[in-house]
Amino acid sequence: MIDREQVLHVARLARLELTEEEVARMSGELSAVLDHIEKIGELDLDGVAPTTHVVEVSNALRPDEPAPSLPREVALEQAPAVADGGFLVPSPQAAR
Amino acid sequence: MSVAELTALSAAQAIEAIERGDTDATELFEAYRGAAAADELNAYLWVPDAAPEQAPPVGAPLRGVPLAVKDLFCTQGVPSQAGSKILEGYRPPYTATVVSKLAQAGAPLLGKTNQDEFAMGSSNENSAYGPVLNPWDRARVPGGSSGGSAAAVAAGSAPWAIGTDTGGSIRQPAALCGIVGLKPTYGAVSRYGMIAFASSLDQAGPLTRDVTDAALLLGHMVGHDARDSTSVGFPGEIARPTARALAGIRLGVPEELSGEGIEPGVLGAFNATLRLAEQLGATIETCHLPHAPHALSAYYVLAPAEASSNLARYDGVRYGRRAHNGGGLLELYTRSRSEGFGAEVKRRVMLGTYSLSSGYYEAYYGRAQRVRTKIAEDFRAAFDRFDFVVTPTAPSVAFELGSKVDDPLAMYLNDYCTVPMSLAGIPAISIPNGLSDGLPTGFQLAGPAFSENAILDAAYALEQALGFDGSAGRAA
Repeated sequence: MIDREQVLHVARLARLELTEEEVARMSGELSAVLDHIEKIGELDLDGVAPTTHVVEVSNALRPDEPAPSLPREVALEQAPAVADGGFLVPSPQAAR
Repeated sequence: MSVAELTALSAAQAIEAIERGDTDATELFEAYRGAAAADELNAYLWVPDAAPEQAPPVGAPLRGVPLAVKDLFCTQGVPSQAGSKILEGYRPPYTATVVSKLAQAGAPLLGKTNQDEFAMGSSNENSAYGPVLNPWDRARVPGGSSGGSAAAVAAGSAPWAIGTDTGGSIRQPAALCGIVGLKPTYGAVSRYGMIAFASSLDQAGPLTRDVTDAALLLGHMVGHDARDSTSVGFPGEIARPTARALAGIRLGVPEELSGEGIEPGVLGAFNATLRLAEQLGATIETCHLPHAPHALSAYYVLAPAEASSNLARYDGVRYGRRAHNGGGLLELYTRSRSEGFGAEVKRRVMLGTYSLSSGYYEAYYGRAQRVRTKIAEDFRAAFDRFDFVVTPTAPSVAFELGSKVDDPLAMYLNDYCTVPMSLAGIPAISIPNGLSDGLPTGFQLAGPAFSENAILDAAYALEQALGFDGSAGRAA
């Protein structure tokens, strides 16, 4: 039901690189889970409002007052690579 | 007091022992630190080298009784890896609100406990740091995803612990390890500093040896937090449970969650406790949650969808693992994630991405949200007639390591009885319900939002009448 092409498409969207073995396994496993999930297609849900959140909280706003945030050097402490006080990444334009 | 004497005490008893002067916070911490460091169940991922230099705050009600904390709670300067390779060695610059609150109340950090990667799993076999063993039988799983917390409490290497529950991750391991686990009402406890799995479902709660300890710990966890805009706190105080009877209590037994698919031994123990509840004065009646059979389907759309979005942050840029084989930015993201995530996390990220992708959103995510509404309505209708809905916590006793890892769907069915409450956001507790084939089973009580005090009272009355002896797990 979820074929190889779909698995590869979804993996691209999810920024995952799957091995050939993973692609084959994922196709079978996702299909089995989706078969189970599709039972909700049998329910009559016309006119039922969706629940995004169980607690009724609306517009939880804090006062707009400046407060200190994490110091730059602390925020950068766990980064795999740092340069010039920022996170270092390869160029998005680098050749594929 | 000797180490054996100290670790035999419940947390409430340890507090009394400190107040009497029979022991002190340092001696107690050292007794547990030794037990945690010597743990053979792989329940811990980190244990400190020494007792905290600072004594618990003066007058702190928990008196220094140490706390085991699931790995996914951020703890400043201490590894917080959520059971994942992608966060290997991550030491956060801040501490989760609930961990800070408990430290302030006098429960210092004893260690970080093993878990399924990003809390995705029901057996703890999805941890990148190896499975946790069940102290009742080391060939079996402790349940998950808070398996390390449950095993540590059951084995006596922690007096108590905290975990998180998204679809049953506190209650199911508590049941499989013969301890108490409580999932609070969604919003009662701050999620700030909890490494997120599914934000509309995740909730922190206690795993303890008895109901009294659960009440004591929960009382210091609840509260609104300005840093979690979905937290609402708890109306009033969590009281120490005292009920000895269930006079006038109406228990509803949902037909959909107490028959088909439940192992005979588990069902037998459940039915025996229903008779006991009757003797304590409760009335028992069958009830219906017509949409409960669809809860698992809705959950396995909603939770992976939220997870696929939450886990987008792991890209090898700001923290965590970075793949080192060249390429551009996109390759960096893709390779870091592919190397860092385990099989189950990839599966759920794929499932979530699929159900949110163009053309499928309404058929899956939209419908699942509507099913969620119907499940919440089912519970509301049940609570018009009943004080609590009761079910077996998990459909089986602890299963053998490796027996379900190749069948995701069979693994997901572990959550059959716990997922409906999660979707409705209501509180539920699992208490030890005797043994089946020598292994613990759990009895689940669920009530309306913010009914924690009533749930704890009823659970306490049942616990006293059941007289479950968990010492076999601690002797392991």
